[in-house]
Amino acid sequence: MRAIFRAFKYIIIGILFGIIMTKSEAVSWYRIQEMFRFQSIFMYGIIGSAVILGIILVAIIKEYRLKDFYGRPIYLGEKDKRWKRYLIGGSIFGMGWALTGACPGPIFVLLGQGYTVMFITIAGALAGTTFYGLLRDRLPQ
Amino acid sequence: MVVRRRPALRKAKMISLLSKPWPWYVSGPAIAGIMAVLLFFGKSFGFSKNLSNICSMLGLGKQISYFNFNWKKQLWNIWFLVGSVIGGYIAVHYLQSSEAIKLSSATIADLQKLNIPFDGHLEPEAIFNWNYLHTGRGLFIFLGGGFLIGFGTRYAGGCTSGHAISGLSNLQLPSLIAVIGFFIGGLFTTHLLFPYIFK
Repeated sequence: MRAIFRAFKYIIIGILFGIIMTKSEAVSWYRIQEMFRFQSIFMYGIIGSAVILGIILVAIIKEYRLKDFYGRPIYLGEKDKRWKRYLIGGSIFGMGWALTGACPGPIFVLLGQGYTVMFITIAGALAGTTFYGLLRDRLPQ
Repeated sequence: MVVRRRPALRKAKMISLLSKPWPWYVSGPAIAGIMAVLLFFGKSFGFSKNLSNICSMLGLGKQISYFNFNWKKQLWNIWFLVGSVIGGYIAVHYLQSSEAIKLSSATIADLQKLNIPFDGHLEPEAIFNWNYLHTGRGLFIFLGGGFLIGFGTRYAGGCTSGHAISGLSNLQLPSLIAVIGFFIGGLFTTHLLFPYIFK
């Protein structure tokens, strides 16, 4: 029963995410093109306002050492400091983002919208993930 | 005399308000809200981790050590993914706006030059369909693009949610480097590859 409640909670949050991503138009291929062509403030406004609010939120969490729902201190992961993987990996993802107009979340949101062709993109993404898993030890980190 | 609005009417108004296109200053804070709710439940917002989770669920951990982790601890993220699919369905079926998206006219003109028509939908319907996939170009965009997304996000250790939203909110320099990378790849593809891909 508790497992069902727990699953239900994250499904609800996911539903909100799917609705927000759709209504924000952040899932739009056209909007991503507009962003990469610097022709509107729209996507920068979305990401920028999310980050500004996020910075304030994280600062409050750290300042007051806020606890989560289960009473544990809220922990925000530190990313390790090697930079090559972020730059190279990030650039590779950026190419895929421009091509499909979608990042990993929107791929699944678009599937829900009825763009079943996203199954192919999901297959591609899983293949790419597997390929990374195979090559990981041989890549510069 | 005070006229009380019937709840049903209020609900209908609410839905019609939500159905309108959202301005960016509503959407951005709403996305930060998703991050806040996940933090409240002790989770960190990072969607691309799910790509590894699925590979691990499929049993790839036996052959590839990268996927050898207990994916059940990430089950919440898988449920989040399931919710996002349902959310996409709900948004287009019940909260759909009849208005065309307000894309900048400069973008419309640029895409026209590449023979990509602007149809007012979220996605170019001429591209996002199975017939287009049968062209080499379509396969390259959807399968190749997906491959780059999977490989790149796992290599960079995160995507837009993990780095651009969560990482930057936590003032992580590596996330800033990753976001710069997102733009290097995106600008390169848009400005240098698109003219070849779509000509």
